[in-house]
Amino acid sequence: MLQQLGQLPMGWLLTALLLFVMSAGFSIGRIRAERYSLSSSGKFHSRPNYHGYYVAMWGLAPALILALAYLLLAEPVARELLIRELPAAFHKLPKAELVSYLDAVSAVSTHGTYDGSDRVFTAVTHRYLELSGSLKITTLATILLSAILGVMFARSHVSPDFRARQRVESGAELFLFLCAAIAIATTVGIVASLFYESIRFFSQVPVTDFLFGTRWNAQTNAEFGAVPLFFGTFMIALIAMFVAAPVGLFAAIYLSEYASRKTRSYVKPLLEVLAGIPTVVYGFFALLVVAPGVRSIALWVNATLIDIGLANGPVLAAQPTSALAAGLVMGIMVIPFVSSLSDDVINAVPQTLRDAAFAMGATKSETIKQVILPAALPGIVASLLLAVSRAIGETMIVVMAAGQRARISLDPSTDLTTITVQIVALLTGETEFDSPKTLSAFALGLVLFLVTLCFNLIALRVVQRYREKYE
Amino acid sequence: MDTVGPAKTDLALTGEGADKTQALTYPRIDCRNVSVYYDDKQAVFDVSLAIHDRAVTALIGPSGCGKSTFLRCLNRMNDTIEGAKVTGDIFMEGENINSPDVDPVLLRSRVGMVFQKPNPFPKSIYDNIAYGPRIHGMVDSREDLDAVVEKSLRRAGLWEEVKDRLTQPGTSLSGGQQQRLCIARAIAVRPEVILMDEPCSALDPIATARIEELIDELRKRYCIVIVTHSMQQAARVSQRTAFFHLGNLVEMGDTDQIFTNPRERRTEDYITGRFG
Repeated sequence: MLQQLGQLPMGWLLTALLLFVMSAGFSIGRIRAERYSLSSSGKFHSRPNYHGYYVAMWGLAPALILALAYLLLAEPVARELLIRELPAAFHKLPKAELVSYLDAVSAVSTHGTYDGSDRVFTAVTHRYLELSGSLKITTLATILLSAILGVMFARSHVSPDFRARQRVESGAELFLFLCAAIAIATTVGIVASLFYESIRFFSQVPVTDFLFGTRWNAQTNAEFGAVPLFFGTFMIALIAMFVAAPVGLFAAIYLSEYASRKTRSYVKPLLEVLAGIPTVVYGFFALLVVAPGVRSIALWVNATLIDIGLANGPVLAAQPTSALAAGLVMGIMVIPFVSSLSDDVINAVPQTLRDAAFAMGATKSETIKQVILPAALPGIVASLLLAVSRAIGETMIVVMAAGQRARISLDPSTDLTTITVQIVALLTGETEFDSPKTLSAFALGLVLFLVTLCFNLIALRVVQRYREKYE
Repeated sequence: MDTVGPAKTDLALTGEGADKTQALTYPRIDCRNVSVYYDDKQAVFDVSLAIHDRAVTALIGPSGCGKSTFLRCLNRMNDTIEGAKVTGDIFMEGENINSPDVDPVLLRSRVGMVFQKPNPFPKSIYDNIAYGPRIHGMVDSREDLDAVVEKSLRRAGLWEEVKDRLTQPGTSLSGGQQQRLCIARAIAVRPEVILMDEPCSALDPIATARIEELIDELRKRYCIVIVTHSMQQAARVSQRTAFFHLGNLVEMGDTDQIFTNPRERRTEDYITGRFG
């Protein structure tokens, strides 16, 4: 019996139950309010629908909380109960083995295909099904009970004077607030874990060594001087901005000032498609097309310099992956960030200013240079800052096209590595979570987070200032 | 280019005798069969009228009657609106300014414009005035520029109020001062014609009165065309009035005649407040 209950499709059941509670609560509240209004002569404060919503809210809220709790806790609780009942032999197993054994048990019990060759396994599976079956039936019963209690409680409030509308409004507000709070809480959680792990790292490696050391060799030698990574990140972001800032800005000027409505309606979405290309696609574009191109140009420069006698040996490193390749492609990637935002701020410059300049006999380019760009400058700066922070945090392109070697070199044809590349390298493959090697990834992540946070904050401030001026 | 009237009077230090000009007015701008289309929608229908020099011509009519659109034909501002098309001939000094051969940039230095909402550039008061003379290369030295700025501000009746704070941003002035700043900015490029598109609609009555005084003063030197919603304003400041309705020119004549003895029934209805 319990075993069969263990196979109940809880997802569907819970959904159905919640829908039922909701509609039943609504009808109960509404019907009661209507009855009242028919029998009593006084005027109802809230319309019957609001009483319905109010009762449904009280039925749904506890049911929803319980259902969420079930979804989060059911599996671990069932496992814990099962482990307690297992014979002593199981308790001697290493933890990882026990976990994978239990994984197999829960997989078989949900899909139900096992030939029964191992009798112990079959027995454990049956017991697991029984346990989860009783959990399921208890949960359903509890949810139903709490919903009934909630509905009864709310129903007793229905009366002509009851301000159901206000209650429903504040209930809706609470719900929306909770949604916002989830987003904020997640961010706070991530930042907190970054800080926590970083502190563990800095208890093993001094902060100054990390921030000012110039040798990075986390994989083999446990050298954690992050300056070469900062340099690589900075260098590649700089190259990217050399591409993105002029191209993006001029594209924005074209779009907002020169393009006809029709051209604009085609070009702007097309430009924004650039932002929708997965960065891994940019990555292999960088690796397979741009990097070889950069290399052959570097080789040509080397040969030419030697030919004309300006150099004795190769001047440029001409590596198969290079800072220039990664930077160029990253620049292309962030063009839409610059162009789209700049276009918005240029469009936000009041039309009256353009009219004023044109009516003075200014040409289009004079108007743009002397009136529109100065007025839009703060917004443009903000868009550039946001693009920089995007470039610094970008991972996939640099992983594929920048290289792995940590070094400080101004030669753009050499390979460099960045913060993000090293984080990926440190956390992929076999990792133990308490060695300084792994923890250093969190410290790098923290630096990255703080830097991009600063850029974003400055950009937001600049944009706010600018808004104040024109509204 | 032939710049007979205004350039010379502009250089004259006083406008003495200017009060008599009303009798001496002659057409400065001659519009023939002007129509304006926004995409496929026609906004102005076949308007022909003459605008006299040294006089204020008021364009009146209910909202959407095409008066502002017509005004914007006179300095080719409709060129800046996508999808707008102007047909017909507009002769200024014998030259058809609606012809594609005419450079709107040069034209706009001869025909200044003041807008509904004061729109000073986000620059200093001085730079606002100096903007036009600078881009048109009208001055050679800083002293000349200073002189132009001072003269323009004096003519706009703003000099005494701002002479000690020329470096402050133009946007720091009050609404009425900003509008006079815009008028001074327009004057600074020595235009022959000044167009005003409801210049007082964003201002309080006192600032409005100052602007009206100023318009009356400027009429001695310039040809002024003003679009206004206020019939009292048209009656106060203009010598000639044109009444527009639904994109058509209904009637044009001396302001006194339009307001006391309109020929057209629609004009009378509008002036007496029966519609609009």
